[in-house]
Amino acid sequence: MEAEQGFGLVATAKETILWRIRYATRDVPEEERPEDVSVEREYRKGDEAEREEIVARFAERTAEYEADVHRVGHDELPRTIEEVLKRRDVRRLVIPPYFPREWIPEGLETMHDAARSRLSNKELDESDGVLTGCALGIAQTGTIVLDAGRAQGRRALTLLPDYHLCVVRERQIVGLVPEAFAGLERAVEGEGRAITFVSGPSATSDIELDRVEGVHGPRTLEVLIVG
Amino acid sequence: MRVALFITCFNDTLFPETGRATVEVLERLGVEVDFPYAQTCCGQMHFNTGYQREAIPLVRRFVEVFDGYEAIVAPSGSCVSMVRELYPMAADFAGDGRLAEKVEELGPRVFELSEFLVKKLGVTDVGAYYPHRVTYHPTCHSMRMLKVGDAPLELLRNVRGIDLVELSEAEECCGFGGTFAIKNADTSAAMLSDKIRRVLDTEAEICTAGDNSCLMHIGGGLGRLRTGVETVHLAQILASKAEEG
Amino acid sequence: MKTKPSDAFSPGPTPTFEESAKESLSDSQLRRNLGKATQTIRRKRAVAVDEMPDWEGLREAGRALKERVMRHLDEYLLRLEESVTRAGGKVHWARDAEEANRIISGIAKDNGAEEVVKVKSIATDETKLNEHLEKEGIKAFETDLAELIIQLAGETSSHILVPAIHKNRAEIRELFMERLGAKDLSDSPSDLTEVARLYLREKFLAARVGISGANFAVAETGTVCVVESEGNGRMCTTLPPVLVTLMGIEKVIPAWRDFEVFMQLLPRSSTAERMNPYTSFWTGVSEGDGPREFHLVLMDNGRTDVLADEIGRQTLNCIRCSACLNVCPVYERTGGHAYNSVYPGPIGAILTPQLVGIGDPGPDSLPYASSLCGACYQVCPVKINIPEVLVHLRGKVTRHKQDRGGPRQKLDPENIAMQTAARVFSDPQLYERAQRLARVGQWPFARGGSIGRLPGRLAGWTAVRDLKPIPQQTFREWWKRNRGSV
Repeated sequence: MEAEQGFGLVATAKETILWRIRYATRDVPEEERPEDVSVEREYRKGDEAEREEIVARFAERTAEYEADVHRVGHDELPRTIEEVLKRRDVRRLVIPPYFPREWIPEGLETMHDAARSRLSNKELDESDGVLTGCALGIAQTGTIVLDAGRAQGRRALTLLPDYHLCVVRERQIVGLVPEAFAGLERAVEGEGRAITFVSGPSATSDIELDRVEGVHGPRTLEVLIVG
Repeated sequence: MRVALFITCFNDTLFPETGRATVEVLERLGVEVDFPYAQTCCGQMHFNTGYQREAIPLVRRFVEVFDGYEAIVAPSGSCVSMVRELYPMAADFAGDGRLAEKVEELGPRVFELSEFLVKKLGVTDVGAYYPHRVTYHPTCHSMRMLKVGDAPLELLRNVRGIDLVELSEAEECCGFGGTFAIKNADTSAAMLSDKIRRVLDTEAEICTAGDNSCLMHIGGGLGRLRTGVETVHLAQILASKAEEG
Repeated sequence: MKTKPSDAFSPGPTPTFEESAKESLSDSQLRRNLGKATQTIRRKRAVAVDEMPDWEGLREAGRALKERVMRHLDEYLLRLEESVTRAGGKVHWARDAEEANRIISGIAKDNGAEEVVKVKSIATDETKLNEHLEKEGIKAFETDLAELIIQLAGETSSHILVPAIHKNRAEIRELFMERLGAKDLSDSPSDLTEVARLYLREKFLAARVGISGANFAVAETGTVCVVESEGNGRMCTTLPPVLVTLMGIEKVIPAWRDFEVFMQLLPRSSTAERMNPYTSFWTGVSEGDGPREFHLVLMDNGRTDVLADEIGRQTLNCIRCSACLNVCPVYERTGGHAYNSVYPGPIGAILTPQLVGIGDPGPDSLPYASSLCGACYQVCPVKINIPEVLVHLRGKVTRHKQDRGGPRQKLDPENIAMQTAARVFSDPQLYERAQRLARVGQWPFARGGSIGRLPGRLAGWTAVRDLKPIPQQTFREWWKRNRGSV
């Protein structure tokens, strides 16, 4: 066993591990900085395609994961939301903070989550669904990105209800994965907000590799892409 | 053009007919062939089994024996892989900078037969005649380490009279793996059984490849099961001419 | 499949790969399931990768980023600690498995938790966390469907990604009826999943402590990432008030933006999807959202030994995608249990012996559990040259035996054969004489034009293959006779 170097009589775990690492990497020149190790990034950073192509691709790929996807004009949005919720028989609907009031249909029991009055897990569990916006959409992978921000709310809101209706504005859709991470830098670096990538409803392939939808998390994901 | 033939200890002892065929093909294409007697073994078996200390002298010998030749050709993807891809690792292991230089200079001069013919000589038709149903097994070293690509198949396609049939899941390892066949005999046999099954599915009379090590393993299994299917090295098919058939 | 109490990370001797493989090779259910599974994922992976014109560029960036991290691991870990702490999390350091386990059970006890919910984490399997927690009176509930299945069955995982691949639906149905009290259950996957969902939901909502692993942790921001499919990861990292994450020190990546590389490489390499269903990225704690307390346990447990080996160091690039398992012709036939390690397959064959050290016959046999075909290297998203490391480790194992094995080692038949062969090959005259001797000496074994049985260790060959006899004339003899001198 190697000798444990310490700064006091007994080295802490941290000191020991750091010493071990430095000893293990003594082949690395003292003056080398991490940035000196060159990293070639020969991959696509941005999508050059037309906006319409990108939006269409997002719609297509999100639908491939068994999410229901609809494209609607801006004016039709409130009505579409109402129809969709009615079709799904949603009566008790969870609403995150700052969700546009004008999009919330009448005649529903709306459960607003707010900093001063949080819905309990039980309430979330017993709701019929949640209606949110998003931070971004990624066309390449059909992914919806939530950043716990406006119109999305804290993570539990999109986790416990069994049905998630998500409104994605066309201008929120980026072409490629690198663009998404670039777009989230501020939320993460500035505010340390939690980010969730959602690509279809939950799934498992653990039983004889049969892909089965719906383990935990919303088993039904419906997406409205609004222009 | 003058080349040195690197026969490999394996072919020298067990498959001399492959060596003769290799010479035949090269000379038919106007290449002069030398055979340095001092060659013995490239050291692959030792190196890959973990006897790296023992392999180093063999590496040094090889480098000396084949010094000065414009090109060195071997009818074996695995042995060429050892020289081209693993000799640098061997030189590092030996901590010998001079050996490392020599090895780096040697690498580009060593060729497996099919890549020599197609990529170096630019020839895909060697004037062969072989009227048999044949399937081709791409050996792991030639395919993944040397990246010979389509060279063997291009050569085979131009053989007159041949009925070339594709092997399914061809890229899967046959299970030889050198000492693996001995040390992990059961797993090797399991892999062999699938390779044999796919060979039989092609209904070919002959299974060919660029390495006699794999062919000895596949052929040994085909023979034990009395399938009637034989294995013949690629060089021998390419060396066949009309009179022989 | 039998329970395997002893593996490379448990005390006591571990069986060799050859011994264990012999058993699993004759399990036709396993071979069929596993063969079908790996072939399916292989094909899907090929489609997912072919779609990407910049795949090789991503692989190279992934490799280089990992190289950068490994060369400066101390600096990156210190940055990570700083970032996590700044974001309201707490960082602990663990030299080995025992220390990591103690830290985790300590946190659970501090919070009065008698039950904890877990997301799959191979690192916790490595440390045998569940056994430790149980001894401390804490029950750990696995929440990945496959982990739940094998936990209920009292078994161990046989695949990094699809741990219960060795179980078919009928077996799972019986398990659920017996252990979860489910009645009138069909064996359709959706019915089975429904049972698991309801059972686990209760656990998620009640748990005081959640335990996870980490796929990545960002030094720059302190962000930790869990990649999953089912949603149990989200549950465990969001609902319980206290979250503990165990992470091997090699999982750190430099910057947030570097996710653009790894989050493209990982999904296509593992589940062969463009993106997996759920990925969670959290940074410390967030007011009013998720756990109020976050602990990150950074664990060494042999990783610095891997780091110290200049050729072996690349092993730490691994992002646990399991692409290598899915293309390995050995793994496909023997299954994961044959490796006797929480890390099976090609990556396991190089990681296991390096983590536990050379000198135990079980892990020492793993570098030989390969025909060196190289298919793994072709698909590894971070370009670990697995064949190179396998050969390198074979060297270490062999030298260890030779140098420490004592007089008995000198009598080892393989060692004798290799030493003899090396001597023979060192001199053309000895070599030619050996050829002649072999030709003469083979006659007792050659019958009817074929060698039916080889002696000793070589018998494995002739057990399933014929061997044609050594020809009467070697190539060089032919050349000498027909071509004269050089």
